[in-house]
Amino acid sequence: MHVEVRGLNKHFGDFHAVKDVHFGIEKGHLIGLLGPSGGGKTSILRMLAGLETPDSGEIRFHGELVNALPPQERGIGFVFQNYALFKHMTVFDNIAFGLKVKKTPKSQIKDRVMELVELTGLAGFEKRYPQQLSGGQRQRVAFARALAPEPQLLLLDEPFAAIDAKIRQELRSWLRELIERVGITSIFVTHDQDEAIEVADEIMIINQGRLEQKGTPWDIYKEPKTPFVATFIGESTVVENARELKGFEEAAGGSGTRALIRPEYIEVGGPDEFRVLSATEEGIVRHLHFRGSEWMVEVEVGSHKLMTYRSLEKDTLQPGQPVRVLVHRAYLFNDERSWIEENRLKVDPMPVII
Amino acid sequence: MKKLWITLTYLVFFLLLIAPLGKMVMGAFEGGLGGLGDALARPEALHALMMTGLIVVTVTVLNTLLGMMMAIYLVRGSWMSGGLRRFLNSIVDLPYAVSPVIGGLMIVLLLGPGSAVGAFFEDIGFKIVYAFPGMVIATLFVTFPLMVREVMPVLQEIGAQQEEAASTLGAYGWTTFWKVTWPSIRWAVIYGIVLTVARSLGEFGAVLVVSGNIINRTQTATTLVYQDVENFNVISANSVALVLAAFSVSLLLLMEWAKKRREVR
Amino acid sequence: MNTLLRHKGWTWGFRSTVLLYFVLLVVLPLLGVYYHSFSLGWSAFAESVKDPIAWKSVLLTLKLALVATMINVLIGTMIGWVIVRYRFPGRSLLNSLVDLPFALPTAVGGLMILLLLGPGSLIGGAAEALGFEIVFHQPAIVIAMVFVTFPFVIRAVQPLLEEIDPSEEEAARTLGASGTKIFFQVVLPSMLPGMLSGGMLAFSRALAEFGAVVLVAGNIPGRTLIASVFIYGEVESDNTAGAAAVSILLLTLSFVILWVVNFVQTKGKRA
Repeated sequence: MHVEVRGLNKHFGDFHAVKDVHFGIEKGHLIGLLGPSGGGKTSILRMLAGLETPDSGEIRFHGELVNALPPQERGIGFVFQNYALFKHMTVFDNIAFGLKVKKTPKSQIKDRVMELVELTGLAGFEKRYPQQLSGGQRQRVAFARALAPEPQLLLLDEPFAAIDAKIRQELRSWLRELIERVGITSIFVTHDQDEAIEVADEIMIINQGRLEQKGTPWDIYKEPKTPFVATFIGESTVVENARELKGFEEAAGGSGTRALIRPEYIEVGGPDEFRVLSATEEGIVRHLHFRGSEWMVEVEVGSHKLMTYRSLEKDTLQPGQPVRVLVHRAYLFNDERSWIEENRLKVDPMPVII
Repeated sequence: MKKLWITLTYLVFFLLLIAPLGKMVMGAFEGGLGGLGDALARPEALHALMMTGLIVVTVTVLNTLLGMMMAIYLVRGSWMSGGLRRFLNSIVDLPYAVSPVIGGLMIVLLLGPGSAVGAFFEDIGFKIVYAFPGMVIATLFVTFPLMVREVMPVLQEIGAQQEEAASTLGAYGWTTFWKVTWPSIRWAVIYGIVLTVARSLGEFGAVLVVSGNIINRTQTATTLVYQDVENFNVISANSVALVLAAFSVSLLLLMEWAKKRREVR
Repeated sequence: MNTLLRHKGWTWGFRSTVLLYFVLLVVLPLLGVYYHSFSLGWSAFAESVKDPIAWKSVLLTLKLALVATMINVLIGTMIGWVIVRYRFPGRSLLNSLVDLPFALPTAVGGLMILLLLGPGSLIGGAAEALGFEIVFHQPAIVIAMVFVTFPFVIRAVQPLLEEIDPSEEEAARTLGASGTKIFFQVVLPSMLPGMLSGGMLAFSRALAEFGAVVLVAGNIPGRTLIASVFIYGEVESDNTAGAAAVSILLLTLSFVILWVVNFVQTKGKRA
């Protein structure tokens, strides 16, 4: 279903939990609400579900205003962080609950529940009670229960938070596949960027009640619109004064511009490894960490420490070794604006024409 | 050391609880089974036991329903402001702190023949104080916190999420209550009922003040025991007390059972 | 049916019924007592309280309730300790018996004590021969109060004892502390909040007790007449103003205690 949100605000006492949030979601998309804990993600989700009333703003499903509708009439499915399974009901009864409430004929309920049981890989567990299931199985039951009444929008609050790291990985891809197969518009809340990047078609980054950026994971990674997004997604080092970086002196403009540099923006190595040596700076290797598939190199350039990776195929560096450092690009930001800047010296100043 | 402490514990239990109970049981049978039967077959004893029974049933029904609702509102009532909820929560316990005699006095002051409300009801021919309604109100006052305090912690513990889940699945208030909330709180409610029955069965001070203790009219089992003792009619007192004690002990056993069931859940 | 219950009017009806019930049943009567005793002015209130029988009954109640509470704190702590820490035959039976005084009607409790200690009984007779009397004197009142408030301290101390981490005591032992030292420095401090809040509740209940006491006390003004019995007498003799005056002394005291207990408990939970 098409979801449209305008000017959404919510206060809890003096706390302004959600600040003027706007967004629209296309039918069939899987959206991740990503951000630090306590940032208002869950409040937005609960307002979409009707479990919380917005102080102001509009929520529209299919263009229709649903603010006044109670959760029962919104046609949504909700998966709670701790699943909130009915603990005195069997798996079957949990999944059948929404159908029974709607007075669906018994035979239809049975067919639908069995279909979902098959779909979620819970066959053989219908007679069990929630406390007899593992965390991953409970998650599947919660999911099947939410899907049973055929909702048009599925809302998931930290769906994997309570699951072991190992099974989480498996469940993520399972969930992604399942949602694709069912073709339902879904929004899930998470504080784990890997999870959001891996599962979502589109990510909305929420911080301190504000929607910072909305876009595909690649867009957000490539072109963060705010410093918060830039720091929150991926690894990075912040250089307080961008003018001190070679190749960014002019671009940085006046003082007060800071630079955020991701490890993958930086290259280190011996002088022979660079085509345009004039674009590099001198640095000293401080630490080397073996990361299994690559080296993580901590290199000191002037007064700042930068982080980068180095392939195992290249010559192994030693701590204390002088190296050349090339910063390909940086994310620059000051009080007024933020933008991505390429290293200006990287382009060969005296191209040799063959 | 250990032996000494255990012996001392047994001694306290014996002196304070077992010996008095045993003495009373023996006292009730002093005149033989026949004496016990005679004492209980007195019209005033039968009437008093019936009054107690009526009060227990009325009070338990009212306070179970309204106490349960009150507990739900105090825990889940987001329609009340937090401050109001905290305030109401802090005054629920007040009847615990009030001497039953004062509880009775309050009702006499408020609804007695001397008060405006009491006079009004008297005019339309409905007596409250020194009659059944007053006795019920007094007992309701004394037993009100019991159910609320049993149900509240369970509601807090289970949290609102299961109920929210039910509402997103399309269930309205009533269905949610019966299918989701009730199965979780029912043992607490049963425990609360047992406590309310025990307390209303044994209520004495408040009822004594409100009822006027009129024989064959407003006398309850406990006030009859009091009157028999005052009249030095010890065997009769013992007989009625024995019936009350037997009820209380069975309630105690029921309480233990309910507690165990609740722990299992 | 569902559509009916969904209707807003029903919800509001339910909510206001329950709140109104609560206010009418609990709040209004309490305000009524305060209103009644001050309605004739401050001097009338002072007059009622100045009556020596009245203030002596309040003082006596305070004194005896305090004695009963101290006894209960001692034996309650001991019993709580024994039941939680030791395994012995009859333990679970005793544990269930603790609640008996709550379950028994207080008048029945009073009668039981009267029978056991009364002049005709073995113990009463022996005491009389030794030259002191129990029933219809202050000791009987204390015993009745102890009986009625018996479960409070035990039930408050038990959960705390169960919560003590055994490794705390073990740690103390590895550090060379002796048994008594462990008890006073590790176990007792953990029990203390329970002893305090249980003791306070017992005290408040002892102050309010009527049924058990009225049967065993002689109710002689100034000597064995406690406040609640005094109030009852005033109501019987139609002096509701006097009854209300003493009532609010007692009520205010109980409210303060209840408030302190709540305060101690919430603080204890946070710590």
